[in-house]
Amino acid sequence: MLTLTSPVETPFHRWPAGVKLALLCMYTVWLFAAPGLGWLLASLAVVGVAYGICGWQMMQQGLQMLRPLWPFIVIVGLWHGWQGDWLGGAIVIARLIAALAAANLVTMTTGLAPMIGVVEWLVRPLSPVLPARRLALAFALVVRFVPVLAKHAETIGQAWRARSPKRPYWRILPPLTLSAIDEADRVAEALRARGGVG
Amino acid sequence: MERNLTYIALFAALIAVLGIVPKIDLAAGVPITAQSLGIMLCGTVLGAKRGALAVLLFLALVAVGLPLLSGGRGGIGVFASPSVGFLIGFPVAAFVAGWVMERTTLSVGPAAWAASVIGGIAVLYVFGIIGMSVMLGKTLSEAAMLAVAFLPGDALKTVLAGFVTAAIAGMRPGTLLSRA
Repeated sequence: MLTLTSPVETPFHRWPAGVKLALLCMYTVWLFAAPGLGWLLASLAVVGVAYGICGWQMMQQGLQMLRPLWPFIVIVGLWHGWQGDWLGGAIVIARLIAALAAANLVTMTTGLAPMIGVVEWLVRPLSPVLPARRLALAFALVVRFVPVLAKHAETIGQAWRARSPKRPYWRILPPLTLSAIDEADRVAEALRARGGVG
Repeated sequence: MERNLTYIALFAALIAVLGIVPKIDLAAGVPITAQSLGIMLCGTVLGAKRGALAVLLFLALVAVGLPLLSGGRGGIGVFASPSVGFLIGFPVAAFVAGWVMERTTLSVGPAAWAASVIGGIAVLYVFGIIGMSVMLGKTLSEAAMLAVAFLPGDALKTVLAGFVTAAIAGMRPGTLLSRA
């Protein structure tokens, strides 16, 4: 399965994941505390420069990852335009773009393994109830079974099409859920047969 | 123990698959994402605790950068988007749906529907509306008006959650952990 990490090697790839996440937290908090539009635009420029350091391809990819934001930008723009509060609208939109762009940059420059390392570090205080090994196994199971269940969904959809001229309908949902349940039972048995989750 | 773990992991995977399976037409010709249906099913099938854990596991994988949210979204950015409230509400919604499911004495189908309405709409929307109000700088009532756009689709999904849970109860009664 593809992760969202960028294949283009950038200077930020070498920064420790924990540092990047901590900076991101501070940056996002700052965005909500920033006193005015000028400060927000300056903060936005900082992220822009960071993307610039990473090169043209990253900037394009970054812009593409901002696309889910446009319905909200349209709504906020229309709303504030209707109320005549252009400054307020610009502040909200600048904050949205800056927060999402910064977070996406961290995601794109951090591989899956260092990220999971941070998660393991975060849950360390919980180790009596949630051993890191069990969490790692759960992560691995999900990563493995997303494509397996997607395949099941496709097979069930094809079986539907073989019998009906209509497109697959919500009726493929019970067999899909059932396949997840049966798979879970079999994997549980297999794990137990191999010594359990410990 | 193994069974708890695999059920949690497989339902986390199921939430992801319901978000990426392209175009299941839930109602006549209206393709809507079934991801929030997955959240409801976690509660109604797995029960409160396991359901919430499955959703948390799913969100953890999204946060570390897997594109598992509907539309191939993922990464920490989704927690900086206007819909962050819904994401934070997901595990709570599954927990409440499971809690209702475990406590009501209704038969499975209606119970799962009611649990999904309470968890997947009432509770989830409280979180979602607060999130949109903070991220978009709107009052709560203004944000609530935006959330109403999602209501018809989610109402339909609560009915489907009832049907699917009842079907599971019919085919594998022992696996309905919320009623075990």
